[in-house]
Amino acid sequence: MEFLVASSIGLLTTCGTYLLLRGRTFPVVVGLAMLSYAVNVFLFAMGRLTINMPPILREGVTEYTDPLPQALVLTAIVISFGMTALIVVLSIRAYLEIGNDHVDGRPVGAPSEAGDKN
Amino acid sequence: MSLTLIVLLPFIGAVLPAIMIRAGRNACATATGSVTLLALILLMAKAPAVIAGEVFQVSYSWLPELGLNVTFFLDGLGLLFATLILGIGLLIIIYARFYLSKNDPMGRFYVFLLLFQGAMVGIVLSDNILLLLIFWELTSLSSFLLIGYWKHLPEGRQGARMALAVTGAGGLAMIAGMLILGDIVGSYDLSVILQNADLIQASPMYLPALILILLGCFTKSAQFPFHFWLPHAMAAPTPVSAYLHSATMVKAGIFLMARMWPVLSGTPEWFYIVATAGLVTMVVGAWIAIFKHDLKGLLAYSTVSHLGLVTMLLGFGTPMAAVAGVFHIINHATFKAALFMTAGIIDHETGTRDIRRFGGLLNLMPIAGTIGIISAASMAGVIPFNGFISKEMMLEEAWHTMWLDQNWIVPLLATVGALFSVAYSFRFIFHVWLGKPRDENLPHHPHDPPFGMWAPPAFLTVLVVLIGLFPATIAGPLVAATSGAVIGGELPDYYLSLWHGLTPALGMSVIALIGGALLLMRHGGLMSATANLSRPDAKSMFDCAIAKSVALSRLVSDNLHNGSLQRYLAIMVIGAIGIGLSGFYAQPDFQSGSRELLEVSPPAAIGWLLLVVTSVAAVFMHHNRLLTLLLLGVVGLIVSLGFIYLSAPDLALTQISVEVVTVILMLLALNILPKETPKESMPGRKMRDGIVSIAAGLGVGGAIWAIMTRDLPNSISSYHLANSKIEGGGTNVVNVILVDFRGFDTFGEIIVLGIAALSIFALIETVTQGEAAKRLANWVVDRRRSPNRHPMMMVVATRVMLPLSLMVGVYIFLRGHNEPGGGFIAGLVVSVALVMQYMASGFGWTQNRMKVNYHGMIGLGVIAAAITGVSAWVAGLPFLSSGFVHVHLPIVGEFELASAMGFDLGVFLTVVGAVMLALAKLSQVERMAEHVDINAEPMDHDPSAPVATPEKEA
Repeated sequence: MEFLVASSIGLLTTCGTYLLLRGRTFPVVVGLAMLSYAVNVFLFAMGRLTINMPPILREGVTEYTDPLPQALVLTAIVISFGMTALIVVLSIRAYLEIGNDHVDGRPVGAPSEAGDKN
Repeated sequence: MSLTLIVLLPFIGAVLPAIMIRAGRNACATATGSVTLLALILLMAKAPAVIAGEVFQVSYSWLPELGLNVTFFLDGLGLLFATLILGIGLLIIIYARFYLSKNDPMGRFYVFLLLFQGAMVGIVLSDNILLLLIFWELTSLSSFLLIGYWKHLPEGRQGARMALAVTGAGGLAMIAGMLILGDIVGSYDLSVILQNADLIQASPMYLPALILILLGCFTKSAQFPFHFWLPHAMAAPTPVSAYLHSATMVKAGIFLMARMWPVLSGTPEWFYIVATAGLVTMVVGAWIAIFKHDLKGLLAYSTVSHLGLVTMLLGFGTPMAAVAGVFHIINHATFKAALFMTAGIIDHETGTRDIRRFGGLLNLMPIAGTIGIISAASMAGVIPFNGFISKEMMLEEAWHTMWLDQNWIVPLLATVGALFSVAYSFRFIFHVWLGKPRDENLPHHPHDPPFGMWAPPAFLTVLVVLIGLFPATIAGPLVAATSGAVIGGELPDYYLSLWHGLTPALGMSVIALIGGALLLMRHGGLMSATANLSRPDAKSMFDCAIAKSVALSRLVSDNLHNGSLQRYLAIMVIGAIGIGLSGFYAQPDFQSGSRELLEVSPPAAIGWLLLVVTSVAAVFMHHNRLLTLLLLGVVGLIVSLGFIYLSAPDLALTQISVEVVTVILMLLALNILPKETPKESMPGRKMRDGIVSIAAGLGVGGAIWAIMTRDLPNSISSYHLANSKIEGGGTNVVNVILVDFRGFDTFGEIIVLGIAALSIFALIETVTQGEAAKRLANWVVDRRRSPNRHPMMMVVATRVMLPLSLMVGVYIFLRGHNEPGGGFIAGLVVSVALVMQYMASGFGWTQNRMKVNYHGMIGLGVIAAAITGVSAWVAGLPFLSSGFVHVHLPIVGEFELASAMGFDLGVFLTVVGAVMLALAKLSQVERMAEHVDINAEPMDHDPSAPVATPEKEA
């Protein structure tokens, strides 16, 4: 199980990073979202993996999983949503403002390529 | 205590002029003056004790770990300088009231002045060298504001920038020097450092520390070759020049050399660096001053020259020279401040500062003329004024000084310097005040200024005369106390007096006076003879150096910061990989741990497989954006399932509801953004990015593998588990951590979320202006729309669902403290329920019925959380401590009502507000792009309408 989680984290990081390095806004947003998954699961896994031991206190139960990483990741998930929403709106605004969705630093007003509409 | 108050008063008082200017200029000046006067009175109350030899000290811990403490001490040296700063400051404040014109913002001027004053007093009273450095930097900054006060003048701005660049750079060097010094001694307290002269001078780091500290002093005190900034700073209003260049700013370097004199002086290094720099500065400054036609330019270079004189005296390293230096500091401050103010009067009354246009002004302005002539005579060193006495002492010391075993160099150059000094002082007297008027057409007809303007320099001139006539009586005690503090030991045997008999110094003085007068007679010839000499222009050299460094930094930043996000991210990712690799190679024994691993169950394996397929597919098919989004949704779903499988029900609930909102958000975004990503990356670039991302993935995956295969060390979690029920009153430990144990974190996080939502609001609200508005106005919808904007089935279904889903939200919220759930999840669930309504029934229809202000909701949420936190104070507990009571309700049964619930309510409101605000704003852009009106009715489907095409709809 640990290997599955570790490899998933690695894979998500790889895919996220690759998309992050593309030259248009949308892949960057998707890449960031994937990287957020990887980071959140990474943090979560710091508390080690357990099955059927949720940190909900019950009579007679003594073994629980580590609740702290879960609390940290919970807020992280919500914050990453806020961040994703912000960059989505930023990219829309940039698109409306300069007429293309490049993030590779070409000057504003440079001839846009096929695929740029409006 | 009152010592601290002396330093703080100008800072605190700096708000007064800004407020009082509304009450008029007199009120403003009076308020400013009373602040300084109060500080001066507090200081004077301590003066008798200090002159009697007492040292006041006061200390507060600030950052004791760094050796940085707020400690002040007042000894003779501090007293002298603080008196100069506050006393002359008071005179300048009065003078400036009359000098500044009605168009100058006076309130701002006094604010800057008081800030500067506070910083200067801070320097001279600091007992901690780190604190001193802070005040030192503050003087650089506040003097920048003062010099550039007339910000409409380019010379003012350039002069201010040059002063800041030079003194700021020196200040940086000095920080390094002071840190070395503190390191040698092991303490940053001046009183400790001053006791350790032998330790410091024996250290191999003595020379570097000395050079660095002197760099700071020389730049501040305008010593050759850093003297060039001072004349350019003359673009400031005259009160500023009078203050900065007579008594304060440029004296800060002198002060520090005097302060450090007991520990740094006495070595050959000190002598050759300091005395030589001072000697050269004295001669060069005086020589240039002779040829300046600008009144203030002449005074500026004479200031440079006199600072050189004092520096040289301190550089000699003998106690007697130190006494002479201290005495000259007093004398120079008095006559130079008076001279600057006189120059200001002339400028003010005639409208020009060009010496070539003056002559015979004494008849027109008798009072100002008398003041100017006496002060200038003192500057020349004419009997019986105070300048004469200290100059005699200087010449006497120079007579005894050997330089590289030559006994003639220093006396000769000192005499030459004095001679030049006589020449420019006499020029100020003869070419300005005496003789015949040379220009009848001065911009204004000169006359004496109002009382408030001549009284301050007149007061100083009275001091000039009195100190000259009765030096031992008037200045003796202060000189003794100050010199004692500088020397840090026994005072030498000296006698302050006009007449010392026929000494070599008197001979040198006479030579200087006669030579200077002769030189002035030849002034015209001298002017034309030197006019064609090429002189290095410090300003152009400085500008060139600045331009070069700007070009260099532009080169660096243009390459690093070229506007390409790709480049920044690549640098960041590669940098992170590099750091990881360096750690990996530092200890290259990567091994799996020995922790017992969980078995792989078939569902887990299937989930993993799905994740691999979808995320790889997302990368390879990312050009199709809609597909990518779907794949991303699948990944999120599997992550949520993973959470629930691995004992994290709260995370699973959060992740799945966030997933829904995110997908809606991105779909909305895709409505505007292009639907395809063009294939434009070069194969090489793809290869590079592929290698980089695989390296990143391997690193991260390897790290977490290594972590997961090892046991969890003892952590704070066991405390949380043990105390969740007892202290937090809840059995859902994750929720208790969020709202109680780490409530402050959560509080910060909901604020961040709120800020993100408000930024989104701001970004969209302003979309109706500029380029974006034009693009939106000309938008062509690029996809066929369904004719059925609001399908009936969906409308009906969501109406039925709404109460149910809201109920689920409330349920999840209420049980959150004990079972999986809580404010975050409930907020997301309720948002999804509301969004469904918006989607199904249309924005306008829903909005008309949802009379909720989402901004207000965010604010309300943060306030609710804050109030819950603050209410703990009522019970005398720290912020965000929670309490709970057991409540029994019929049907529901017994449950705990924790104050944390109020906090969770805040979280809930903020989340709902933020999510809804973001989505509502996004849909607003869509509507603008599609040019559709808000629908007033739901189910606005017209079955008889033909199938609409986008063009028709638009």
